[in-house]
Amino acid sequence: MTDETTGTENGAGTEGTAGQGEGRRVRVVLVDDHRMFRAGVQAEIGGTESTGVEVVGEAADVDQAVTVITTTRPEVVLLDVHLPGGGGVEVLRRCASLMTAAEDQVRFLALSVSDAAEDVIGVIRGGARGYVTKTITGTDLIASIFRVQEGDAVFSPRLAGFVLDAFASTDAPPVDEDLDRLTQREREVLRLIARGYAYKEIAKQLFISVKTVESHVSAVLRKLQLSNRHELTRWATARRLV
Amino acid sequence: MSATARALDADEPPERKLYRSADGRMLGGVARGLAGHIGLPVAWVRAFFVALSFTHGLGALLYAVFWIVVPLGVGGRATPRAVFETTPEGRRRLRKPDRGQVLALIVLGIGVFTLVSSFDVNKEAGRYIWPTVLIGLGVVLVWRQADNARRASWTDPDRRRRAFQLARGLVGVALVGTGLTVFVVLRGSVAQLGTAVTAGVAVLTGIILLAGPWLVRMSQDLSEERTLRIRAQERAEVAAHVHDSVLHTLTLIQRNADDAGEVRRLARAQERELRNWLYRPEGTGKEQDEEPSTLAEAVKRSAAEVEDKHGVPLEVVVVGDCPLDEKLAAQMQAAREAMVNAAKYGGEGGPVQVYAEVEGRTVFVSVKDRGPGFDLDEVPGDRMGVRESIIGRMQRNGGSARLRSVPGGGTEVELEMERADG
Repeated sequence: MTDETTGTENGAGTEGTAGQGEGRRVRVVLVDDHRMFRAGVQAEIGGTESTGVEVVGEAADVDQAVTVITTTRPEVVLLDVHLPGGGGVEVLRRCASLMTAAEDQVRFLALSVSDAAEDVIGVIRGGARGYVTKTITGTDLIASIFRVQEGDAVFSPRLAGFVLDAFASTDAPPVDEDLDRLTQREREVLRLIARGYAYKEIAKQLFISVKTVESHVSAVLRKLQLSNRHELTRWATARRLV
Repeated sequence: MSATARALDADEPPERKLYRSADGRMLGGVARGLAGHIGLPVAWVRAFFVALSFTHGLGALLYAVFWIVVPLGVGGRATPRAVFETTPEGRRRLRKPDRGQVLALIVLGIGVFTLVSSFDVNKEAGRYIWPTVLIGLGVVLVWRQADNARRASWTDPDRRRRAFQLARGLVGVALVGTGLTVFVVLRGSVAQLGTAVTAGVAVLTGIILLAGPWLVRMSQDLSEERTLRIRAQERAEVAAHVHDSVLHTLTLIQRNADDAGEVRRLARAQERELRNWLYRPEGTGKEQDEEPSTLAEAVKRSAAEVEDKHGVPLEVVVVGDCPLDEKLAAQMQAAREAMVNAAKYGGEGGPVQVYAEVEGRTVFVSVKDRGPGFDLDEVPGDRMGVRESIIGRMQRNGGSARLRSVPGGGTEVELEMERADG
């Protein structure tokens, strides 16, 4: 199904969601301090028979989240950025060992109403595999969850914009040339995501395969998470974009 | 002068209450304030004080009492005047002192001199006159300093002025110190000076030791109180904003609960506004109806307007930013036209994606929808929207526009423009 989905947060290609009824299941934990919102998401994605998503746990703050995630070991955690007790970043920090575990790896997808640059960049650098806003439709959210489960990254157009912006400011010399620069191709891919293209369309546009697009996106995510440039954090806090 | 004064003058006549005037004052602003209060020319009041000073210094004493008792405020002058004025060429220069002020100063000087020399310097009492004058001058300087510190909260002086104020404070202290020393030297012989100074230092140290902790506590309490007040103010501001916009919108949404489109439009507009307000960059408390001055602002503004008008969500992503010049303004108009088209004809397929990027000197804007799309060649020749408003406008201003539309696969408009300035 990955070839079909877009993972962009809004509408950009809902054609791929049909492929989920192949008996694949993904276990998900919901972390959000708003009970109403959890209920809403549960209602949209929780119909396991049709969506393939099984919500195995919920948490409302950092401590609860860490406990629930450690005990249930879900495949994907939908993580709110703003949480009592330190925020999504704190959950990511305390679950760091689960993200790198050889087996039963837990992957995080940030889901937030905030689109302030420092919030978004913060959770991504903390190890989240992607970021979507709460206005996302149910089908797109499900598609994103499956993408994350497969180890792929989920870039919304807005996140792509933030990343382009962050890597464009090159006043400080990069610490690690390989990490601190985006290749021409990666920039092109990101730009197309920011313009609202789906993976399939990007592949067509750049004459590459969807797999290649995926690997470019994953490479960008890795650079974003590992990049040494403190400039990135500084950028995020100095600019309260949007 | 401070904006406060001007606003007061403009909006409502200030309450007729005695204040020391902060503008156009020479010493403490007592005369100026009094003149404004009783409606007499300042020169008269000043002359009165000076004249009174000849009768055993009563005028000076009275002045000092006023200075202590009456708070510094605004009033006593119709038009506020600054220390600096702007010349016709637009440069700032020191304001020329008006003749009345100079005259008053001279008279004051003569008065003081006469007063002092009326005492016989050789007599026992006369020996204390000059030190007293010195101390008086020092005290005056320091007091004005304190006034200025209070005024600083209105006018926010720059660093150079602050340095000047510090220097003035130091001079004041030095004057007082000199005066006191002369007193001491006159009273006792120089031989006793050492003892006197030692005793003074001892007493001072004692006072600091005793009162020190209390002073520290007081300043801590003060700053804590200030923090609390600022927080309360912020909370009040948030509450006011939420009340003005969010609550009203929620009420409207409840009223229009049946009209899904209207509810969505209201919610979207409110979300955008609240987001702007919450995440606006510090310091740029720009009003909504101000003209945008940068590309990012302009794109967001256009998108917001189109979104409100057509009820189709537009997702805006901006990378980089630059000031808006004439060519970019034309590009923004073209982009806006593209957004309107996308919202009108392509809004069914989900949100319209607007992307703007500043890269070096090139500004790129893309507007993409997922509507049915169309064939550009089949658009009748009389439809000027796309040809004139988008393509034509870009070309006239030295840019380029490309249209890509796949029937059934959405439409994308790409606009590219070189910035006028580097």
